Amino acid sequence: MQFFFEVLIGGLLAGVMYSLVALGFVLIYKASGVFNFAQGAMVFFAALTTVGFISMGAPFWLAVALALLAMAALAFFTERLVLRPLVNQPQITLFMATIGLAFFIEGIAQLTWGAQVHALDLGIADEPIEWLMGNTGMNISKFDLVASGIAAALVAVLAVFFNKTRTGRALRAVADDHQAALAVGISLHRIWVIVWMVAGFVALVTGLLWGARNGVQFALTFLALKALPVLILGGFESIAGAIVGGLIVGASEKLAEVYIGPHVGGGIESWFPYALALAFLLIRPEGLFGERRIDRV
Amino acid sequence: MSAVPKPEAYLGVNNIEVIYDHVILVLKGVSLSVPEGKIVALLGANGAGKTTTLKAISNLLRAERGEVTKGTIEFRGRRVDRLSPDKLVRLGVVQVMEGRHCFAHLTVEENLLTGAYTRGAGRAQLKQDLEKVYGYFPQLKERRGALAGYTSGGEQQMTALGRALMARPSMILLDEPSMGLAPQIVEEIFEIVKNLNQKESVSFLLAEQNTHVALRYADHGYILENGRVVMDGAAAELAANEDVREFYLGISSGARRSFKDVKHYRRRKRWLA
Repeated sequence: MQFFFEVLIGGLLAGVMYSLVALGFVLIYKASGVFNFAQGAMVFFAALTTVGFISMGAPFWLAVALALLAMAALAFFTERLVLRPLVNQPQITLFMATIGLAFFIEGIAQLTWGAQVHALDLGIADEPIEWLMGNTGMNISKFDLVASGIAAALVAVLAVFFNKTRTGRALRAVADDHQAALAVGISLHRIWVIVWMVAGFVALVTGLLWGARNGVQFALTFLALKALPVLILGGFESIAGAIVGGLIVGASEKLAEVYIGPHVGGGIESWFPYALALAFLLIRPEGLFGERRIDRV
Repeated sequence: MSAVPKPEAYLGVNNIEVIYDHVILVLKGVSLSVPEGKIVALLGANGAGKTTTLKAISNLLRAERGEVTKGTIEFRGRRVDRLSPDKLVRLGVVQVMEGRHCFAHLTVEENLLTGAYTRGAGRAQLKQDLEKVYGYFPQLKERRGALAGYTSGGEQQMTALGRALMARPSMILLDEPSMGLAPQIVEEIFEIVKNLNQKESVSFLLAEQNTHVALRYADHGYILENGRVVMDGAAAELAANEDVREFYLGISSGARRSFKDVKHYRRRKRWLA
């Protein structure tokens, strides 16, 4: 039983990391209806930029600030050069544009900072919590716990931003009805820049946490693929969905690996979430928290 | 027949032509003017160009691939036909769209607050403005916490109007306020429009298919047909005009006719300018 909880908690904490990636997708999808394929590339770009500045001798906080600035600039130019010219085009066009954008961002990142793997030290050790180890015998990583704390804080900040501020309200308004948002005087162009900036900020936090764990490397871009089952489970429009979806994916893949894996020869961790998502699509295509259209009867 | 806007026109539309998708000609030279503090009704059947006219003024056309290709639009003596919608809202021109378009997943109160987006007003100011809107729409106060998507059609129309009011407009473009509402609610909405017009000195340009109600509340009316203004005049005059009575109010002077005859008659008696 103790082993079960160890696996479960470890999985949930890993799931938080998936949630973070999915969060970036949800933000942009909600505000502009665009499935941003470049989110993974943004994570990579943000982490690599931070590490790059650190290797140039900048202190950690300055490197993060500069990376944040770079993400803001990226948001600005994306809106100007990609979204604005494609306004009113079908969703699939915008989706393909973000695929192109992903390659572009990956290219720029590696051109600027090189393609080698960088280590990133956030000063949080990836080792078991001794107190927990001593008292219950469970092996839970300190890093995972801190990462979850950071993720929770990030989500709390976003929730306040969306519900209590004027800009947050405008973002939700745009997500609901573009036309009406225009009619009340909300500038869509500005909102898009803001939402890409917020997504860039989320990408930076994600990139730092994943980078600290696995090293800052090109493989970070594949996180985008890991976010897919999370989004399908949780629903594309819901922040809560991204969180819960991430937790489900994290916990289920670890549990499946441990309990079902041995019977089928192991190695199911990497594909189990996709199978789960596929099953989910058949039963509840809008996801757990996805928006069902509000229809008055 | 179409009136040349007088110099004192608050809102003046001069001979505009609107083309959708570069090929579909919808407005073929529409001119109208709204004097300050008045309610002007834009009447006509489906597809006559009422909504397009309003959207041309508020510049929401571009989102639908429409474009004003000829003519000018002036507000308070200033050209506004190239201004983006948010700049127009800042100038005081707000559109309430056909079908209400409330933000379904926002509460009624949040909907109202988005209306004040362009003003960047402080918390105290917003609260005061909310109270004012609730003064006009007491029903909204009761429903303030409900998601707008779950409120009734009448409440949504009130929310949409209240939301426009939060921008402190001097001119509201109101598109088809009666759509899908019970006659009693329609009456209520128009009462409020009249009230706002008198107490807040908001001018209105309203597009309406319900000619009967519109002419009772408006000061002036324009009748659109096929993208052209075919007639205009004081509301009372229009309501008394025999052709308007027959075609738009359904009151005929003579004996009953079969519909077939009416159609024929109508085709023959085109009152084209």
